[in-house]
Amino acid sequence: MSRAALLVLADGRFPAGGHAHSGGAEAAVKAGRITGAASLEDFCRGRLHTAGLVAAALAAAAALGADPAGLDAAADARTPSPALRAAARRLGRQLLRAARATWPSPGLDAVARQFPKGAHQPVVLGLAARAAGLGPGDAAHCAAYESVSGPATATVRLLSLDPFDATGVLARLAPELDRVADSAVEAARRVADEGTDALPAASAPLLEVMAEAHAAWPVRLFAS
Amino acid sequence: MDGVTVTGVRGHARIVARADGRGGTALPVLDGEGPLAPRRTRSTGPGAKVMVVGAMSGPLGGDRFTLSARLEEGARLHVGSAAATLALPGQTKDAARYDVRLDVADGAELHWLPEQLIAAEGSDLYVTTRAELAAGARLVLREEQVLGRTGEQPGRLTSRLTVRIAGRTVLDQELSCGPGAPGGWDGPAVLAGYRAVGQLVVVRPRFARSPVPAQVLGEGAALVPLAGPAVLVSAVAPDALRLRRLLDEASARLD
Repeated sequence: MSRAALLVLADGRFPAGGHAHSGGAEAAVKAGRITGAASLEDFCRGRLHTAGLVAAALAAAAALGADPAGLDAAADARTPSPALRAAARRLGRQLLRAARATWPSPGLDAVARQFPKGAHQPVVLGLAARAAGLGPGDAAHCAAYESVSGPATATVRLLSLDPFDATGVLARLAPELDRVADSAVEAARRVADEGTDALPAASAPLLEVMAEAHAAWPVRLFAS
Repeated sequence: MDGVTVTGVRGHARIVARADGRGGTALPVLDGEGPLAPRRTRSTGPGAKVMVVGAMSGPLGGDRFTLSARLEEGARLHVGSAAATLALPGQTKDAARYDVRLDVADGAELHWLPEQLIAAEGSDLYVTTRAELAAGARLVLREEQVLGRTGEQPGRLTSRLTVRIAGRTVLDQELSCGPGAPGGWDGPAVLAGYRAVGQLVVVRPRFARSPVPAQVLGEGAALVPLAGPAVLVSAVAPDALRLRRLLDEASARLD
C-alpha cells in the first residue's frame, strides 16, 4: 500500500469535479444557518456523522470488494433527495473518468460499463482506492474528509470566510473524523456476511430538504 | 404482557388482516397484552380499522415493545393510535426499544398512521420501523418524532425507517438526536433547532409508470420520488402541530 497514492486521491486538486459542489453549505448560508466559523463547524460536524458516515462506509465496502451494484442501490435508499442522487452520480462519473486515467484497471472499466450514467461517488471512490492499492480505511478517511472539506472550502467563497478559520474547523474535526472512518470500516466489514443492511443509514433531514430547494434556484454558485 | 422483568417490560402486539372474500377485511389475529392493545374500531372507509391503545405508560428505559402487522393478499387495513407515544426515563439506564414490522402482500393496502412519538427529557429510545411490501402492495406510512414535551429538553432518540418493495430496499434512513447523539444533530445540517421531524411514505405501484416530480413544500419540507415506486415527504417544524399540518398538506397533494 502506498501512502503517496492516498495523498493523490485525497488531494483537492485531483480532477474529479468536487470543487463545484458545496455539500449543502450554499443553501445553509442562504438560509442564514451558516454565518461564520462556529456555525460552519456545527454544520460540518452534523454532515460528518450523517452523510459523511454513510459515504465512508460505502467507500470502505467498495474498497473491500463488495458488489458495486448492491452498494449503489444501498446509496440510493440512503439518499431520498433526487437532486442529491443526481449530484452523487455526476460526481461518481467524473471521479471514475479521472481514476481510470490515473490507475487503469479492469475493475474500474467494468464499473464504467455497468453504470453508464455514473455510480454514486462514494462507491467509485472505494473502487478507485482499491485500484490505487489502498485499503478500506484509506477509502473511508477520504470519503469522510470530503464530506467536510467540500462545505468548508465552499463557505470560504460564499461568506468570504477567512481560509485560516475554515482550515481550523477541519483540524478540530480531525479526531471525530478518525472515529467516523473507523466505525465506517467496521460496518463495511459486516457487509460480506450481513449484506448492505449492515451499512449505516444516518440521515440529516435538513440536508435532504434543502437540497431540493437549492436545485430549483435559478442562479447558484455551486451545483449542490 | 409477555412479562415484567427487572430490566423492563416486554410487550408484543400482532395484527393479521385477511380479505374476507365479500369485499371486506377480516382480522383473524388481533392480540396484544400489557403495554400495547390493538382494538378493532368502526371503519368509515373500506377495509378494517384498528386503534392501538397504550395500556401502560412508556416505553420506559429497558422496555422492549414489538408491534407487527401482516396484510394478506387484497386486505385493507388502517391502523392509528389512540394517543401519542411518550418515551420516558426508566429505572434502569438501559435504552428502550420499539420495533415495528409491517408486511404487505400483493393487492393489499396499509395505512399506518400512528400519533406522534414524543421523546421526553431523560428518555432513551431506539425505534425501528421496517415495512416489507410485495410488488403490488400499497402503503401510506407516517412517522412523527417530537423532541421533548413543551418547554423541556429532548430525550435521546434514534429512529430507523426501512422500506423494502419486492425485496429491494428503497428507503433506509436513521435519525439520531438528543443528548449523547453524534455531534451536530441540532446544527444547521440536521435539525437546526427544530423540535418536530416527520416522514410520510407513500407506495403505489402506479408510481413506477408515472413518477411524481419532486416538490419543495415551503421552508422545512420536501416531497421526493424515491428510487422505486414510492414517494417520501420529509419535514421539520418547530412543533408537532405545524409538522402535522405540513404532512397533511403533502398528503393531500398525492390524492
